[in-house]
Amino acid sequence: MAINLNNSEAPIRENRLGSVTGYQGSIKDLVNQAASCSLKNKERCFSQASACSSGCAQSYLSRIVDAALVVHAPAGCAADSVYSNTQNKWGEKVRNWQHRNISVITTNMIEEDTVFGAVNKLKETIREAYRRLNPKAIFVTASCVSGIIGEDIQSVLDELQEEIPVPLAPVFCEGFKSKVWASGFDAAFHAILTKIVKPPQKKTNKVNMINFSGSARNQIVETLGRFGLEPVFVAPYSTVEQLSQMSEAVATISICGTLGSYIGNGLEQQFGVPYVKTLQPHGIAGMDSWLRGLGVTVGKEQEVEAYIREQKELIAADLAEIREKLSGYKAVVGMGPSFGHNYIRTLQELGIEVIWGATWHFDPQYDNGEAPASIQNLAAADTDIPLSVGDQQNFELLNLLNRLKPDLYVARHGGSTVWATKLGIPSVMIADEYSAFGYQGLIDFGYRLLDAVTNRSLAKNLSKRIKLPYTAWWLEQDTFTFLEDEVI
Amino acid sequence: MSGYIEQIRHVCSLGALQSVLAIERAVPILHSGPGCGQKLWGAIGFQNGCQGSGYAGGHTVPCTNIGEKEVIFGGDERLRGIVQNAFNVLDADLFVILTGCTSDIVGDDVGEVARRFQEKGKPIVYAETGGFKGTNLFGHELVLDAIIDQYLRPAEAKQAGLVNIWSVVPFHDPFWVGTYRAIERLITELGLTPNIIFGPGHGIDALNKVPQAQFNLLVSPWVGLKNVQHLEEKFGTPYLHYPVLPIGPTETAKFLRSVGTYAGLEPKRIEKVIAKHEADYYYFIERSADVLLETRLLPRRFITIADSFYNLGIAKFLINDIGLLPETQYITDGVAEEQQAGITAEFQNFVDGITANVVFTSDGGAVHEAIRATKFRSRPLILGSSWERVLSEQVNGYQLSVTMPASDRLVLDRTYVGYEGALRLVEDIYSIILADFQ
Repeated sequence: MAINLNNSEAPIRENRLGSVTGYQGSIKDLVNQAASCSLKNKERCFSQASACSSGCAQSYLSRIVDAALVVHAPAGCAADSVYSNTQNKWGEKVRNWQHRNISVITTNMIEEDTVFGAVNKLKETIREAYRRLNPKAIFVTASCVSGIIGEDIQSVLDELQEEIPVPLAPVFCEGFKSKVWASGFDAAFHAILTKIVKPPQKKTNKVNMINFSGSARNQIVETLGRFGLEPVFVAPYSTVEQLSQMSEAVATISICGTLGSYIGNGLEQQFGVPYVKTLQPHGIAGMDSWLRGLGVTVGKEQEVEAYIREQKELIAADLAEIREKLSGYKAVVGMGPSFGHNYIRTLQELGIEVIWGATWHFDPQYDNGEAPASIQNLAAADTDIPLSVGDQQNFELLNLLNRLKPDLYVARHGGSTVWATKLGIPSVMIADEYSAFGYQGLIDFGYRLLDAVTNRSLAKNLSKRIKLPYTAWWLEQDTFTFLEDEVI
Repeated sequence: MSGYIEQIRHVCSLGALQSVLAIERAVPILHSGPGCGQKLWGAIGFQNGCQGSGYAGGHTVPCTNIGEKEVIFGGDERLRGIVQNAFNVLDADLFVILTGCTSDIVGDDVGEVARRFQEKGKPIVYAETGGFKGTNLFGHELVLDAIIDQYLRPAEAKQAGLVNIWSVVPFHDPFWVGTYRAIERLITELGLTPNIIFGPGHGIDALNKVPQAQFNLLVSPWVGLKNVQHLEEKFGTPYLHYPVLPIGPTETAKFLRSVGTYAGLEPKRIEKVIAKHEADYYYFIERSADVLLETRLLPRRFITIADSFYNLGIAKFLINDIGLLPETQYITDGVAEEQQAGITAEFQNFVDGITANVVFTSDGGAVHEAIRATKFRSRPLILGSSWERVLSEQVNGYQLSVTMPASDRLVLDRTYVGYEGALRLVEDIYSIILADFQ
């Protein structure tokens, strides 16, 4: 389904892409079901707190350096700004920038606002955000409360747009609307696409690099420089002006398929900026595929091949060594779908056997109408791998890990690895999206995993002394006892 | 407190889920949107002294993850299913259902769901904590009231000398474990028997003992006053409200005398405890006085941007004991108007007639604007949260995070309360000053 920029809202992933948060089976089965349109979501009659779209949208937008974010919600919905501020400082440190506090201001809705509405409060807050923070754009996020009481954010912004000379962009990311929190990234990018990005004035050698904190920034600048290209890191740590010029880029690439789908395909469909829809650049096959995809797009195939040859030679000896050290280890992967699929492949490149993959949701297709390259790649392999989909439901993961007892648990998203560690399983959390980035990154990542399995004392000691919060009954049940057909 | 807020320093009522987790083997069940929990524990837990999931927090907390269907058709049925399965899946002594905004607006009958389980003898209570109702400190009071109303039963007899202690809000105060322990030790030294429901080793047994207490001791500017009044109504337990978090020798001695006198203890006994601690405290202060006094780096003026507990407690210590002077003090925990006068009065009452200007606001952005516009004649000491690290660079100050969000600190059992606590605060402040130029 093509991206429609005439609507003020991006449809949620469940409706737009057929995404699911409940599934148990295997990679090949999942891909077959998706291809034959027979994939049906499953629900759970027990669930634990997961995450929501507004968290994703806000944490992403609040790190644009000269934009302000107005959160139209009770105070708690802006609680994630604390985490975002810490995250922001990490990215500033990577860049040697001076620290700033992120510009987030909440309307702080209270009980009477839920009865009488808070349109005036919203106006007052936007005006104050403009006066106080001097932003180049203001994003206004919706919330469960603003959504349920029917606040007309769009009209408020239309009205204020006449007095405030910077773009005012609504972001529809109400938490109750989607179980797939990545819908919040789409809401954020929809706001950027509709209110910030301008039609191209010229073509440049810039490449939109869709990512989070950008720790591999220097490396990417250098690599792309060899192909005569210049990366612009989007959207955190970019300026509103840089975002407005995304339409002028020669290509868009992304560190994460889940994150990049909406903006990458949106820029391609709306402005003709090609989106590289390959594997993500984790490990060797990922980096090969990603660079070749970019090379074809910009007509630099030969330069890319030369670079790939050179880099592979550089790591050949190290790779053989770390593969030998890690071969035989068994791992379980728990991540968002793009990272999950790409890291399953990456761990296999290190000689590790992945015995289960758990992803936080699954997109049967991206916004170009095709299944993600990363899952197609896994499905084409000889061996099938068991796979489950759940919105980070720890009770299932713990039951599963307790049964499988892998040597390693590799996860992304906070609040997951600690539970595996309590089971005595050494765990590695991928906080940095550029872990295992490309060739040298794979070697560094391999040594990180080796360190994790070399000294297991913390996991061992902790597991001996703590009691898990689960009943003995639950740990004996089938992992997917509570997964049931969706009642519509 | 109902206006806009930049740089949040408290969250919403639902943040009280962390107060439930502070009771050993108690588990909150959220009837809320899917992201509420993560945002709230992120702010007042993980990003506040690195307080992690513990026994059953973080993504272990059961939640209905309300979606569009529950908004349209109501969420009672989903809640009932989740609660039923929570009893099967999780090993806990008490469950507390907490509602979020969505459920409170849609009007789910959560009380009815809870009552069905209560009738079957299940240990469960509910509190309607929709985020729009107030702060997490207010939510903390709602949760305690829910437990008092729906769980506690009158005691057969009161136990002489048993004192329930109510003070800082768990997790919101990153030092809460150490602080409750410090108060517990002081009360024990007086010869009384402290009873605290929060923190390791207490749990449901401590909770069950609450109605047996001789009196309730509230050490708090305002949070919890409603609860001790409620306990008095329900169980006839009198209470002592001590409004200042006792940090340092002057305030802690005053605190011990107040509690001891209220409990009818012999003055000699109280004075013995005080004398022992003062001797120890002044051994260290005497030894470090050279550095405290003779360094040209000694800050003369301090600003506190913190909740009322720490604002008042630190001001009393730094002014009455350490000899510093207050700039404007910013109180950020959304203190209700009717409570503000009492707190302000405490800031008019320091040694040598010193007073402090107090501003009540939750809007950190406005506070920063005001501080940037202040003319300082020496480098100010800024006691606040990690939001102040940037501000401190801008105004050339010294900064220490003592309040939510303290994302730049790992806090385990540290406390600033009492005599030893005050020594820790002096260590932390002057270590920052000494490290600043080295």
